[in-house]
Amino acid sequence: MPLDKPYLDIPGTTIFDAEQSRKGYWLNQFCMSLMKAENRARFKAGERAYLDEWPMTEEQKQAVLARDLNRCIAAGGNIYFLAKIGATDGRSFQQMAGSMTGMTEDEYRDMMIAGGRSVEGNRRVGEDGDAQAHRQPQGRAGRAA
Amino acid sequence: MARVSASVYTSHVPAIGAALDLGKSGEPYWQKVFAGYEFSKQWLRENRPDVIFLVYNDHATAFSLEIIPTFAIGTAAEYAIADEGWGPRPVPKVTGHPELAAHVAQSVIQDDFDLTIVNRMDVDHGLTVPLSLMCGAQDPDAGAWPCPVIPFAVNVVQYPVPSGRRCLALGRAIRKAIASFDAPLNVQVWGTGGMSHQLQGPRAGLINREWDNRFLDRLIADPDGLAQMPHVEYVREAGSEGIELVMWLIARGAMSEGRPRVRHRFYHVPASNTAVGHLILEST
Repeated sequence: MPLDKPYLDIPGTTIFDAEQSRKGYWLNQFCMSLMKAENRARFKAGERAYLDEWPMTEEQKQAVLARDLNRCIAAGGNIYFLAKIGATDGRSFQQMAGSMTGMTEDEYRDMMIAGGRSVEGNRRVGEDGDAQAHRQPQGRAGRAA
Repeated sequence: MARVSASVYTSHVPAIGAALDLGKSGEPYWQKVFAGYEFSKQWLRENRPDVIFLVYNDHATAFSLEIIPTFAIGTAAEYAIADEGWGPRPVPKVTGHPELAAHVAQSVIQDDFDLTIVNRMDVDHGLTVPLSLMCGAQDPDAGAWPCPVIPFAVNVVQYPVPSGRRCLALGRAIRKAIASFDAPLNVQVWGTGGMSHQLQGPRAGLINREWDNRFLDRLIADPDGLAQMPHVEYVREAGSEGIELVMWLIARGAMSEGRPRVRHRFYHVPASNTAVGHLILEST
């Protein structure tokens, strides 16, 4: 009998379960290596060469090089691990989280100050909230598209 | 005998630590957060415990994907401050309480909770931000935390995390363990993390003020009912990282039966991506 995964119908959300963890093992372990200052320096000096030391998939490496956190998460990354890349780049959690919405940094910060994203319309896939697939990207990028 | 005199609940947002460490605590954005802890700092000075049993989660710091313990108790004499990628926070090292920690481990494991025992572990913002909020900024060398701390790390990173029901029952086992320790220690149990927040994907930035406040109400008055809430409701209503709130049920379970005295309640949006919730409950 397959495992019950009642969280698959939440829009714009990837739950880091055993399957994602298995897929992202080396991506996340690469991220862990950036907790050492000397590794951060080596990564910055040559990102591609540093990534090639790890048995990651090409998609994972490309997602890291592009700093595309949604792609990293789809490839098995977890935000607490991916945050080590952000730290290496000098980016805050807010900048990282905002980058996954398509909003500019100011747009995302203003949304948070105004009380954050509403759960209305964002509980289940198929509703019409701003986190639903048909409303991406958000903010100015979405209006331009 | 030792006893649990109070429990403290608070979010542990890393940006709060950064605001303190970078001298930004006077900025209007952060003042609104720190104002909610002014009472708490005074309360802690007046109600200084002998030991803080601090329930938190490690954020891919001490535990990578190599080892993922569901419940890990720190039994070491001291804990270094972790470098999470930005360099270690400039705060004092954390002193442990190996005797009480080992006693709790032995008692709780015999009560069927299979803890992982950890004798070497760096502690991250999940543990140090609550200390900073409750004690104020401390010089890393000249300063010190008010008492020894027992770190108790819960896996809330890789799904499935422990259930609310399991966390509440574990808290009760911890209370029993503390009550059988043969020294007159005043122990506080702190539950940290939450409240609503989501740090990933197009749904990042989710906040659910009504749900959070209902959670606080039920934590105070109906912990048994609250403990029945399934994981998926936390995630759907309070965001993928809102699941951290199950840890509050461990601290709640450690309180004596009967309705606790609510000494302080605070709620504010936002601190970075997160809703900040804070409670102080005293045993009656």
